[in-house]
Amino acid sequence: MNVELKNIHKHFGSVHANKGINLNIPTGTIQGILGENGAGKSTLMKILSGFIQPDSGSEVFLDGKPVVMHSPADAIKYGVGMLHQDPLDFPPMKLLDNFLLGLPGGIFPNRKEATQDFSLLAREYGFTFDPENYVDSLTVGERQQLEIMRLLFLGARVFILDEPTTGISAGQKEKLFATLKKFPEQAMTVIFVSHKLEDVESLCDRVAVLRGGELVGETQPPYVTSKLVEMMFGKEITLGERQPVQTGGVVLSMKNVSLEDVRMKVKNVSLDVRAGEVIGLAGMEGSGQGMFIRACSGLMRPVGGRIELKDKDLTGKSYHTFKRAGVNFLPAARLEEGLVPGLNLTEHFILAEEPKGLFIDRMMGQQLAEERIKSFNIRGKPHSTVESLSGGNQQRAELALLQSPLSLVLLEHPTRGLDIESVIYIWSKLKDRCKTDGAAIIFISSDLEEILQYSDRVLVFFNGKVSAPLDAGKTTVEELGQLIGGKGWADKGEAHD
Amino acid sequence: MSQETILIGLAGVLASASPLIFAVIGETLSERAGVINLSMNGTILLAAMGGFAVAYTTDNIVLGFLGGMLIGALVALVVAFASITLQQSQVAVGFVLALTCRDLSYFLGNPYMGLPGPRLQALPIPVLSDIPVIGQLFFRHDVITYISFIAIFLAWLWIFRTRPGLMLQGIGEKPAAAYIRGANVNVMRYVYTIIGGALIGLAGPAFSLATRAGWMGTISGLDGFGWIALSITIFGGWNPVRGALGAYLFAFLQWLGLVLQPVLTQVPSQVLQVAPFPLMILTLLLVNIGNAEWVERTLAAMPESARKIFSKILRAMRTSPPAALGVPFERD
Amino acid sequence: MIKDRFGNLAYQLAALLLAFGVVSLILISVDASPSETYKNIFKGSFGEMRKFAEVLVAFVPLLLVTAGLLVTFSSGLWNIGVEGQVVLGAIATTWVYRLLLESGLPPGLIIALAILGGMVGGAIWAALAGILKVFGGVNEIFGGLGLNFVSTALTIYLIFGPWKRPGVASMSGTVPFPDEFSLPLLANLRISPWALVIAFVGIVVIYFLLQGTYFGLRLKAVGKNFRAAYLLGIPTWQYAMYSFLICGALAGAAGAVQVAAVYHRLIPSISSGYGYLGLMVAMLINYQALWAVPVALFFAALNIGSIQLPIVMKLDSSLSGVLQGVLVLFVLLAAGVRQKFGRKAQ
Repeated sequence: MNVELKNIHKHFGSVHANKGINLNIPTGTIQGILGENGAGKSTLMKILSGFIQPDSGSEVFLDGKPVVMHSPADAIKYGVGMLHQDPLDFPPMKLLDNFLLGLPGGIFPNRKEATQDFSLLAREYGFTFDPENYVDSLTVGERQQLEIMRLLFLGARVFILDEPTTGISAGQKEKLFATLKKFPEQAMTVIFVSHKLEDVESLCDRVAVLRGGELVGETQPPYVTSKLVEMMFGKEITLGERQPVQTGGVVLSMKNVSLEDVRMKVKNVSLDVRAGEVIGLAGMEGSGQGMFIRACSGLMRPVGGRIELKDKDLTGKSYHTFKRAGVNFLPAARLEEGLVPGLNLTEHFILAEEPKGLFIDRMMGQQLAEERIKSFNIRGKPHSTVESLSGGNQQRAELALLQSPLSLVLLEHPTRGLDIESVIYIWSKLKDRCKTDGAAIIFISSDLEEILQYSDRVLVFFNGKVSAPLDAGKTTVEELGQLIGGKGWADKGEAHD
Repeated sequence: MSQETILIGLAGVLASASPLIFAVIGETLSERAGVINLSMNGTILLAAMGGFAVAYTTDNIVLGFLGGMLIGALVALVVAFASITLQQSQVAVGFVLALTCRDLSYFLGNPYMGLPGPRLQALPIPVLSDIPVIGQLFFRHDVITYISFIAIFLAWLWIFRTRPGLMLQGIGEKPAAAYIRGANVNVMRYVYTIIGGALIGLAGPAFSLATRAGWMGTISGLDGFGWIALSITIFGGWNPVRGALGAYLFAFLQWLGLVLQPVLTQVPSQVLQVAPFPLMILTLLLVNIGNAEWVERTLAAMPESARKIFSKILRAMRTSPPAALGVPFERD
Repeated sequence: MIKDRFGNLAYQLAALLLAFGVVSLILISVDASPSETYKNIFKGSFGEMRKFAEVLVAFVPLLLVTAGLLVTFSSGLWNIGVEGQVVLGAIATTWVYRLLLESGLPPGLIIALAILGGMVGGAIWAALAGILKVFGGVNEIFGGLGLNFVSTALTIYLIFGPWKRPGVASMSGTVPFPDEFSLPLLANLRISPWALVIAFVGIVVIYFLLQGTYFGLRLKAVGKNFRAAYLLGIPTWQYAMYSFLICGALAGAAGAVQVAAVYHRLIPSISSGYGYLGLMVAMLINYQALWAVPVALFFAALNIGSIQLPIVMKLDSSLSGVLQGVLVLFVLLAAGVRQKFGRKAQ
């Protein structure tokens, strides 16, 4: 099926997520869509799959006919099916019920027939499933296969896959790719959305790159990786003056730390972080860096290894023990995890202080708030509730909540969504804390420039693999881009210090 | 005690559980769709009074049952509007309705207090009722008890064996996934909340026109059954069959309390009557403990082999609510 | 901001009018004159000193329960078990009385110990709900409801079992203790000034606890954002337990006052539903301590004022419950309508 997108626009409030995208995808091709987080990929795919409607004036053509899709169910009637990154299935159900759910037909489904259809389809595509098994016993990769089968059975002719290789094993990826490569023979079209260069290069017949809501280029094999990276991250890369590192004693020491959750394993990481040092964690979202930073804060218990803070063994201790030892964690979700909506700035500052007596000294609180608001340049009043502040000011408020003295600051996306002025301001404040308290900083960011600009050393994460620490002064955006896309790992290895 | 008395007693247990069964099935349907109808205790009372009043005034027992269902549906409509359309706390609105409907039933039911009203008569099924034991147990009831038997089966069939029922499970489990499969999530939530409400309402006349015929105001002894039905719904793991077993167990324990009274003379009868309630808490504890955070933490710290065994045991005991219970759905 | 507050007031006024409108319709449907009914309720509550004293008798436990619930609501908990906590307060108070009546201690001390005992009893019962919630994973609503039933069973067991009256046990309760062991009443009235003092101390303490202390602020943080509170370093589940304990102690005090100042014995329906009514008051005042006193007084007046309705107008006294419920319902709905449509209009 031929898919043509013409002049697709989409606004969310003041955010212009898609800016006039034109793209023609011929029948029987595997089209790659590349772009970093926030480039507008998922908005475009949600439009194509009927999840959201584009602004008026945008047009979608399937096999040359204009179509308007009001819902995902509508889209599948036109033959467009989408495989979501988190499979939209029902974990507590049996495979068969999950398969049946939403299929057209009479009140009583013929379970025997459905079991046959299911098994037939599975055999055809080389999947092995027991229809009486439960969905929650499957791996993410298997759940994807299940969804693909369901979409095939519903008659999908266009497959949209959103970051399908995140969180699945290499073997499952191979299998997925083998399946997808058969589709063009049957005149089906595949749209493969990813940030992983390697995957896109090995699978796709054509690649379109999005950046900042715009289509910035299209290429065909043979792919030049450096060109793809340039298109994804933009040409202009300005590195400011880097400060020379002046480090003190070891603050945090990780020895053979292994982490595990349902989706991913991070194995045997060893790292020493020194006072005054800034470590940047690069990698696409969900590559293991989130687990790593949570382990550093005591929120995630390692399954193996030791974590020491200033020579004190904190392995397996609670988050509050870490916090008392001077470790502060600022999560990315400011209003969900970092701040308390409904409470104002003064109340937040009081909460972060050690209680002095039983009663709160309102005057003291007011003074404290005014002082912090001034020194952290927060645009808000002491009585402003945190949810009424802008993102940048919320972030400043979070910084103002950091305790003192401090040994280690852990930050998730400290400047995401902030204007450049706030970014510079926040980093100057952070670097100050490093100097005055002798604290170390570990931060996650998807902005590679930010990582290279402010870190001393960088760890790159890819699918649970962790690179050896790279000297930020000697690394380029392009190198980082390749590494987070899974390329060039052979020479970086997984060595540790 | 003779076998005869025991059989009659057990048959009585089956009949006296029927109102609870309707309520549990109604609540199960509503919660399966993602809406907690916490108003149940008040709804049942109001429907019991209303059903009785309608049947008394019209001298038509069927209209009485329909009236009770209509009341249940209307109260559920308020719950649905507040929680689905206004996205308010389902607990707050449901609780207020539980109290308000109870008081409203006492207020409006005042003129009907103690009046001799119509009552559903037993309708032994020819031939079947003559089968020894089984006939006595199952086939000498009134119509509403037969309907309760059928309702258990139908509800189970609907939820687990029909296409719309699968979709119902999907709506309460992961509305976004149900939505991409073509469900109109919020409309269906309205529908199931209202149907569930009608069934909860049916529990009212099942009391006032059958098992505990008549309207006695505050001394009707119906206050509290709604809360019990709510616990049984959880105990039943949102499965009508398991829920019905819970209802029978409850009725059985109450009957046992009566039977044992002459034996356990030092225990006041009133205590035996409420003995099932603490047991209910205990079962709730058993089915919930797997959800507690410290259990998860302890499990995580265990060696792999022990962890597997313990999580298996917990998994077997535990009932997990529909994942999106109480969570509003908005499509982007 | 000011405009916002007026907007809110407009919605609440509309809710109030609607509530009275709906109740008036209900009254008309049973051929009763709404104005006559409201007049009778007013006369029955504020009409004479004796009746106003009765209102205050109902007001005391209601205010105590509401004060306690403000704490649990602050920490984001739905302590529906408050009803049972009132009952356990009454039971514990009665138990202390039974232990000490013959002890020869001064009556004043015995009264004080009995009330203190009641607070401990209520707190223990609340702690059970808390333990079920924190360690058992049982939602506090279901744990609390179950414990409410158990508390009723316990009361009846005591009245008909170990604490039964000599001769024949009956629903009229345990043997009343002598007058000198009850809180002293105002001359010719049933209200004890001491009970009023306890209630006001309760609400004032809670007001300052929630408004002025580190504890109260941390509690609010836990209630508004459990996760962020934890990350800010607050021991969250301990705070949840504290709030259960405080609410239980206040509910226990309400039960203690019912025994020590009103009934002088344990009776089967000792809580009179004040626990549930307190939940309604807390919802109506949108969890603001400042409004607890007037609204609790208003609800108490409705309860007392409607007592004589059966005699004067042949209407059931449960009308007060209907009026209270409809009022809270419309205020909740108005808040929803305002959030949903008010924002769109801007």
